[in-house]
Amino acid sequence: MSTDPHVSTPLKARDHARAQASTVVRAMPTIPASTAKDLPAGVTAQDVVWDETLDAGDYCARILKAGTRLRLTNLEGDACANLLAYNADRPIERINVADTIKVQWNAYLGKGKLILSDMGRVLLSIIEDTCGNHDTICGPSTEKSNARKFGHGENYSPYPNARDRFLLGLLKFGLGKKDIAPNINLFKGVRVGEGGGLQFIPRSSKPGDYVELRAEMNVLIVVANTPHVLDPRTKYTCTPVRLTAYRGPATAQDDPIRVATPESARAFQNTDDYFLS
Amino acid sequence: MTMTMPIEPSAIEGKVVLDHVIPSRAPWSGVVKKGQILRIVDLEGNQSGDCILYNAANPEERYSAAQTMVAQKNIFLALGTNLMSNEGNVMMVVTADTLGRHDTIGGACSCESNTLRYGHHTKHQHACTENFLYELGQHVMGKRDMTSNINWFMNVPVEADGTLGIVDGISAPGKYVDLLAEMDTLVVISNCPQINNPCNGFNPTPLRVIVTEPRG
Repeated sequence: MSTDPHVSTPLKARDHARAQASTVVRAMPTIPASTAKDLPAGVTAQDVVWDETLDAGDYCARILKAGTRLRLTNLEGDACANLLAYNADRPIERINVADTIKVQWNAYLGKGKLILSDMGRVLLSIIEDTCGNHDTICGPSTEKSNARKFGHGENYSPYPNARDRFLLGLLKFGLGKKDIAPNINLFKGVRVGEGGGLQFIPRSSKPGDYVELRAEMNVLIVVANTPHVLDPRTKYTCTPVRLTAYRGPATAQDDPIRVATPESARAFQNTDDYFLS
Repeated sequence: MTMTMPIEPSAIEGKVVLDHVIPSRAPWSGVVKKGQILRIVDLEGNQSGDCILYNAANPEERYSAAQTMVAQKNIFLALGTNLMSNEGNVMMVVTADTLGRHDTIGGACSCESNTLRYGHHTKHQHACTENFLYELGQHVMGKRDMTSNINWFMNVPVEADGTLGIVDGISAPGKYVDLLAEMDTLVVISNCPQINNPCNGFNPTPLRVIVTEPRG
């Protein structure tokens, strides 16, 4: 039985609860988003539609309207942003990592690359990338893979895994386990060596690196910030990632990413075509 | 099965419980029970067999290319590869492989991705995703059950700068893989109908699947 005099009655408990509200921690949403500080050059406060920082193990799920830019900033340089993306209006259409790399004839992501859906359309364009080391191969960590490294990997443990974080994000939009498609991981690079061997790049990124994604349709994104499955460190290490989204113009017909290759041009044509009817 | 094949069932150890030729461009699915071995034979050579695995008792558990590659720290499937599920369990093990290297990053061709890779004139051609969806539909499953897949007998090298592509096959008539089931596994195969890249030598041909049960 509690003997705390501060919460011994409902009204005292209310006051106690209300007194907490001004607490500031490093990983939290900025509400309203227009009060976010340290914005990217040229971005005005009124254009910010979402600002949130994820600490190690945190996740979020959010819809970005077409034309929205999402900047993911690797604040201290050691984040791993696990990312899934869906057509928000019709989430049976989702990221297809195999098509993303096969259609662009390259396994690695970077500035100018597209993140494609399984319907031959563009979900997201990578319009900026100061890091250059990302992963399209290894997928999410799991309860088992985290348990092997950290002793525990359950969602409720201090070492939550990316797959469970994805599941929770998806469940909040009425989706479920079946919808956890193969994903990508930002800020942690993996390279394919001679003979197909996988090499994890330990220092893939530096403080302040950012990736900027442009939504080419209304996109549901799910982001977790958890240690990469091939990160060999046995201490659960993941520094905060900041997500800042702001309005921007629709992609022009002569956009350099759109016209970069015949494949990208057709992917944008298919996306345009989707919105016609 | 009465057709003449490069490999006779007598060459297979154990009791044959299924022997089926998947026609060119066709899908196939079947449950391989724990302890049984599925042999997939590339009858005429250079024929990609796109393949997804599901836990027959709980299809939300399914093949994960990512976990398979992470477990062996290599992108190529070969003798000894554990085919892993999204739950981190071994579904099947490659217990024989007369080819030596198979793909699992190249995904499955689809009508939609064909329009990106080859042009809009290919929209209505046959594609593996159509085969997968059709076959999943026979099992009260659907598009949400699409996931990463294996491409048996398909060759997708990745160069130092990340450049990748489906290139000329290294398979030949009669090459095969044996997969030992570690759980009751629903195996879904699309005998790839693609005609715009070298994965089938621009000419789709039949595959043969043989399921055996160890004697005794």
